[in-house]
Amino acid sequence: MAEEVLVFGAWGSPFSRRVEMALKLKGIEYKFIEEDLTNKSPSLLKYNPVHKKIPVLVHNGKPVAESLVILEYIDETWKDHPILPKDPYERANARFWAKFIDEKCLSAIFKACWGACWGEEKEHEKAEIEHEKAVKEVSELLQFLENELKEKRYFGGETVGLLDIAANTIGYWLGVFEEASGVELLTREKFPKLCNWANEFVCVTAIKENLPPRDKLIAYFRNRFGAGNASK
Amino acid sequence: MAHEVVLLDFWPSMFGMRVRVALAEKGIKYEYKEEDLRNKSPLLLKMNPIHKKIPVLIHNGKPVCESLIIVQYIDEVWNDKSPLLPSDPDQRAHARFWADFIEQKVYDTAKKIWATKGEEQEAAKKEFIETFKILEEELGEKPFFGGETFGFVDIALITFYSWFYTYETFGNFSIEAECPKIIAWAKRCMQKESVANSLPDQKKIYDFTVWMKKYFGMD
Repeated sequence: MAEEVLVFGAWGSPFSRRVEMALKLKGIEYKFIEEDLTNKSPSLLKYNPVHKKIPVLVHNGKPVAESLVILEYIDETWKDHPILPKDPYERANARFWAKFIDEKCLSAIFKACWGACWGEEKEHEKAEIEHEKAVKEVSELLQFLENELKEKRYFGGETVGLLDIAANTIGYWLGVFEEASGVELLTREKFPKLCNWANEFVCVTAIKENLPPRDKLIAYFRNRFGAGNASK
Repeated sequence: MAHEVVLLDFWPSMFGMRVRVALAEKGIKYEYKEEDLRNKSPLLLKMNPIHKKIPVLIHNGKPVCESLIIVQYIDEVWNDKSPLLPSDPDQRAHARFWADFIEQKVYDTAKKIWATKGEEQEAAKKEFIETFKILEEELGEKPFFGGETFGFVDIALITFYSWFYTYETFGNFSIEAECPKIIAWAKRCMQKESVANSLPDQKKIYDFTVWMKKYFGMD
């Protein structure tokens, strides 16, 4: 039976890029549909009526939503180049860290880069303290990831796995946020392993081909969130 | 293979209850350790240094954290009976999606119903009802979210049932009036021994919440 795979996504979203990275790693052909998030298509609303968000994978007409759910679906459907380990404990570990990245890291990073700039002008001193707190929090979170990486080339071991793909926000988008806002978070002195990993990660073909252009992304975030939280 | 299973838990936690239900479904023997969350044990801090939270399942000395991740782990290790997730990838994705929906939408809103007052409480009640109406629609005419058999999504949601009396009393509303199918589903789940034995009495949870509000000066 001819297979039809559609991906509803957005060029700058790390979440929809995750889905494309996994499909590319497994050599699966798909059609990408770029969504204008300010004017969502009837198809997107039909395929994800609950959240109305991207990404959505549609496989032979059946939709799957939520990027981490989609990654597991992709791994279970197309068995070549597995992205989750076989051992249940290792699988639980990968899931734990993917959840950690999504629930803890992104919001902390955003706060550190742009926190005080959202909303009205805040008193400079208060903003400074909030900024320092946010940077410290990101540092603690990144340290956990640095420790988890240990001596491995990738989070998945010898090859890129689900956790590496989920960590695309750390591996690429974090650098973009840093440059757009002028805030330094992932420094080589503090996080040598994580920096090495990020360099390796963006060189993997299936990943490299799916990274949005850096300059375009920086411009987008500067435009959307302002000049950032860097100490003036 | 010999299994040494320990569960670090806190009796009113709906997250801990999920693990209790999963272990009971599989007939797994384990040691239950009650944590005092005001005075966390060295064992908890060692086994979950990242979040310092319960539940933590310790299997042959190795910790697994986050309730739904633990439930999946249990399903994958003890895969010889009572499957909690379906075998078809499409249905598994469906189950994971709805479990994730429950994770995103229920806890914070529900907490506001007993922890806040006035406008904030009213907004939380409204959101709670909207969320459960969506879940009711997803349930449809099925006996369980998993279809004919009790499964992953049922486990993710049923543990909140032990808190329903608390929500209804503080929020002054009836969940049954708003979502009768959810209540019918919950009572169906409670007929299962694994569920009935894992969930504390609703009144006990209410008394605990009253005490907690006083203790933390939330009145």
